[in-house]
Amino acid sequence: MTLTATRTRWLQDNGVYVAVVALLLFNALFTANFLSVGNFRTQLIQAAPVLIVALGMALVIGTEGVDLSVGAVMALAAAIIPLYLGAGPLPAILMALTVGLVAGAFNGFLIAKVGIQPIVATLALLVGGRGLALVIADGQLVQLHDPAFLALGTDDLLGVPTSVLTAGLLALTVAALTNRTTFGRQLVAIGGNRRAATLAGLPVNRVLVGVYTICGVLAAVSGVLATSRLAASDPADMGLLMELSAITAVVVGGTPLTGGKVRVLGTVMGVVLMQLVRATLIKHNLPDSIAQMIQAAIIVAAVYVARERR
Amino acid sequence: MMTTLTAATRAKVLQRQGAAVALVLMVAVSWLVFPRFGSLDNVRDLALQGSFLAVIALGMTFVIITGGIDLSVGSLYALGGVLAAWGSQHGFLVALTLPLLVCGAIGLINGLLIARTNMAPFIVTLASLLFARGLLLAITDEGANTYQIAPDSAFVELGRGTVAGFGYPIFIAVALCVLGGALLNRTGFGQNVFATGGAEQSAILMGVPVARTKITVYTMSGTLAGLAGALTAAYLQSGVTVIGVGTELDAIAVVVIGGTLLTGGMGTVLGTVIGVGLIKVIQNVINQIGTLDSNYQSVVSGVFLLVVVVLQRILRR
Repeated sequence: MTLTATRTRWLQDNGVYVAVVALLLFNALFTANFLSVGNFRTQLIQAAPVLIVALGMALVIGTEGVDLSVGAVMALAAAIIPLYLGAGPLPAILMALTVGLVAGAFNGFLIAKVGIQPIVATLALLVGGRGLALVIADGQLVQLHDPAFLALGTDDLLGVPTSVLTAGLLALTVAALTNRTTFGRQLVAIGGNRRAATLAGLPVNRVLVGVYTICGVLAAVSGVLATSRLAASDPADMGLLMELSAITAVVVGGTPLTGGKVRVLGTVMGVVLMQLVRATLIKHNLPDSIAQMIQAAIIVAAVYVARERR
Repeated sequence: MMTTLTAATRAKVLQRQGAAVALVLMVAVSWLVFPRFGSLDNVRDLALQGSFLAVIALGMTFVIITGGIDLSVGSLYALGGVLAAWGSQHGFLVALTLPLLVCGAIGLINGLLIARTNMAPFIVTLASLLFARGLLLAITDEGANTYQIAPDSAFVELGRGTVAGFGYPIFIAVALCVLGGALLNRTGFGQNVFATGGAEQSAILMGVPVARTKITVYTMSGTLAGLAGALTAAYLQSGVTVIGVGTELDAIAVVVIGGTLLTGGMGTVLGTVIGVGLIKVIQNVINQIGTLDSNYQSVVSGVFLLVVVVLQRILRR
């Protein structure tokens, strides 16, 4: 009995790493041209925007919340870029990030101060946000030509693509935030037991608003990077279903949906795992339909292993 | 005790009637401002558009009252349509029962996973959202193949036939909502649904079959989403593969607007129907204005959802 419990516990904590290693081994053996720098580059570039969103999502889920609006915030960021790109890339990026900040703070306000459930509050922004992005952009895809802005999506820094480097730095920052700061401790305490946290005198509302704001800003960062890589502002498709990918990565990475725990490295590995699964399926010529069904099975399996025992 | 009870009743009445009052106001204003709004054609069109969503939202109402959520209905709606269109080549019966069976089975699996393994409804139905979309792509040659339904078949009649100009789907939706309302308020099963969402632990201790109730509501939700898909396919005369993206959110929104609490334990079918009416009237009005592009619809829907939940929250204090 205790042996099973220990085993389950171990699987809960390390399952994602085992799965990543297993998939890497499988691909190294059976997939042609897998072990090439070019391939890893492509995989990492594709994974970077998801990772940036998933980092914010991990914090939100750590507080026993969820943010469904991340995809819509990415679309809003994408829609804002062409409006201010005339003034230069920096003002455009700053405006896009501001929109993410405002959207996140708004979510946080609704959840912390008004007391609305996270699912509903962020659902409203999911529904309204993308519509607003499309209204701003007049429903159009806009090609972008500013070379400095596009460089963000194409250039390397120290031999690493800018977006991957950004994602890596953000992962380190979020890890430091959760593990080394009071804010991180408070966040986890609130997710573990909000009532107890309130009674213990923690600034619950402030922390919640902070967490959702961070999530909004990270979604906007992701939207900016994805827009730059696409070389176009496409609010209709930008970040579509991103909330699902991000939640999946976080949950697969071992952060429980019941809050009280944030696993940043697990989240990174969750993103890598889902990217590897997709790449493996594509490289073995499995159609999208099968890929989606397998992803569904992986989500269920991961949550089954990670579920709280009652 | 007495005062809290009356306060709760008052809040309940306000919640339900809030949406009703808004609907009456919207209809009255639209009637006065847009001459075409009150025309019989437009009313028929509105009712038909609303009937598909109402069928899906009916199942969602039950799920949400048990304190759960079903994100898979949008995919099941699309899947149901494709299965119906594919099945129509084998006759009316196959076209109608195949989507109900398959979507019902996926709903059943949702229910089993949620009730028996304590996994969060949110994540289980999220997985089935992906799974059902994948299944849909698999049977449509990756979405490239749109099955057509023979225009003279009896199945098309189910979607396009009319009584006094009102389409059959309207009557089906009304009948199902009446049935659903009776099921919720007049039967032991309905009591179990409320008890499950109200206080799950107490319900278990009281001997309410919580697991069975949950399994039943998710199966219902899946079946109804499949039926809505089949009706839509019959109406469109084909199994359109790209519909239903985000429909789960519309369904949740109308249920919440109708006064059903997302925390479970409280809600009405009538409220959901009023919620459907409101969303469809808003969309209709935005179409009537014409100069506003259709993207405003989702902006207005989002704002509306927000206003309703904030009001609900304030009323409950």
